[in-house]
Amino acid sequence: MTDKTVLNATHRALGARMVDFGGWDMPINYGSQIEEHHAVRRDAGMFDVSHMTVVDLHGARTRDFLRHLLANSVDKLKVHGKALYSCMLDEQGGVIDDLIVYFFDDSHYRVVVNAATRAKDLAWIEKQAAPFGVEVKERPDYAMIAVQGPNARGKVLDLLHAEDRPRIEKLGKFAAAAAQGPGGMPLFVARTGYTGEDGFEILVPEEKAVALWEALAAAGVRPAGLGARDTLRLEAGMNLYGQDMDETVSPWEANLGWTIVLDEGRDFIGRAALEKQKAEGVKRVMVGLVLDEKGVLRHGQKVLTANGEGEILSGSFAPTLEKAVAFARIPAGEPGDIRVDIRGREVPVRRVKYPFVRDGKPCEGI
Amino acid sequence: MSEIPGDLKFLKSHEWARVEDDGLVRVGISDHAQGQLGDLVYVELPEVGASVQAGNGAVVLESVKAASDIYSPVSGEVVEVNEALSDKPEIINEDAYGDGWIFTVRMSDRAELDELLDADAYAELIENEDH
Repeated sequence: MTDKTVLNATHRALGARMVDFGGWDMPINYGSQIEEHHAVRRDAGMFDVSHMTVVDLHGARTRDFLRHLLANSVDKLKVHGKALYSCMLDEQGGVIDDLIVYFFDDSHYRVVVNAATRAKDLAWIEKQAAPFGVEVKERPDYAMIAVQGPNARGKVLDLLHAEDRPRIEKLGKFAAAAAQGPGGMPLFVARTGYTGEDGFEILVPEEKAVALWEALAAAGVRPAGLGARDTLRLEAGMNLYGQDMDETVSPWEANLGWTIVLDEGRDFIGRAALEKQKAEGVKRVMVGLVLDEKGVLRHGQKVLTANGEGEILSGSFAPTLEKAVAFARIPAGEPGDIRVDIRGREVPVRRVKYPFVRDGKPCEGI
Repeated sequence: MSEIPGDLKFLKSHEWARVEDDGLVRVGISDHAQGQLGDLVYVELPEVGASVQAGNGAVVLESVKAASDIYSPVSGEVVEVNEALSDKPEIINEDAYGDGWIFTVRMSDRAELDELLDADAYAELIENEDH
């Protein structure tokens, strides 16, 4: 059984090529993935991300619950609407999912988790929430549209109620607020994204989503598919759950150490395992690779290093760079000359610090 | 979807073959196939003079999405390759049946052409694939 977002007919009318994505019938592109990629880097593009799972958490002990559930610390969230990226770990320190949590007040938070992991995540969150008396309420009544690119914010702001505009214009990165959209539709506007560009991710009541999409299209925002979303986030150095990390991988091994807060006295799930790994030394690391010659790095290719074999996690042709880049997980230690087995050919690659692209431009050394 | 030229013959795996006036066979992929692959970013062409076998891999096309083997519809010797694709693989996306041709072959066995689908049969094949 394939799920459809409320924008499904809109995508089909635009001639989108549809694919199954984690059980959802989603647009991979509307013609050219590369042109959609460039539209986001240079102007403004929009993605239907309504397949993502929005969950509201209510209850007096919600803050305590999230301090236990998440490896990042919600204690960083002090202002209404502020957002935080975090991993949700199991007891072994493996990554169940990555998510964004929004703070409203100590008894009300909102989390947005991945679509493909929905059932697993909800079961885990509900199980962990019960002892805290926290209510876990999925919000399928929301659709979600990500509007991204250097001109994305401007185009969204133009569509907002005049009274809301200055406030949303001043919204800081990783913060969200309510605003009225076209015809007074109630929006939840977050200055977040998954492309390495500025922009908003907008929650909109399902029945208003088509009208919002059409208003954005009329304002010159170009529809972009999940194909472009994938190359944009890879260039931006952002992990994809299921490809770059899963339960068999700890955040240390997925370059997500920056999201781990080992603050005093906070007993979050997976903490003991993470501390043990750190003390013993992490055996695998995630690195960025660039292929300077022709060819494409792809998921599953073998990576050869002085310390043994690794593998390509996310890999693709990067349209902004016009060459292939990848994340790879390799044995820890000085890797020497790194090569990748591309269809039986050993091809030299360069290890680089990523992100590969930020704010429309290649990063230094890429 | 662009019209399928009537003078083409097809493999089920979406490669087309056209017999030219000089008897050489020009080879490419169908418009349907380029649409499925998405934006092409790299073409690994065969060497001129290489021998190819009907139904065997002769070319690798890499799109943003995936790498795909392209099979030769007929056996023989590669006479010419479309060098323009080295710099602009997207020509295949733009004109799969024309400027996006990939290589030409001097056929060793004309009977192999009879094994291929004609344009109508190929149209039917992709029609069924879409459902």
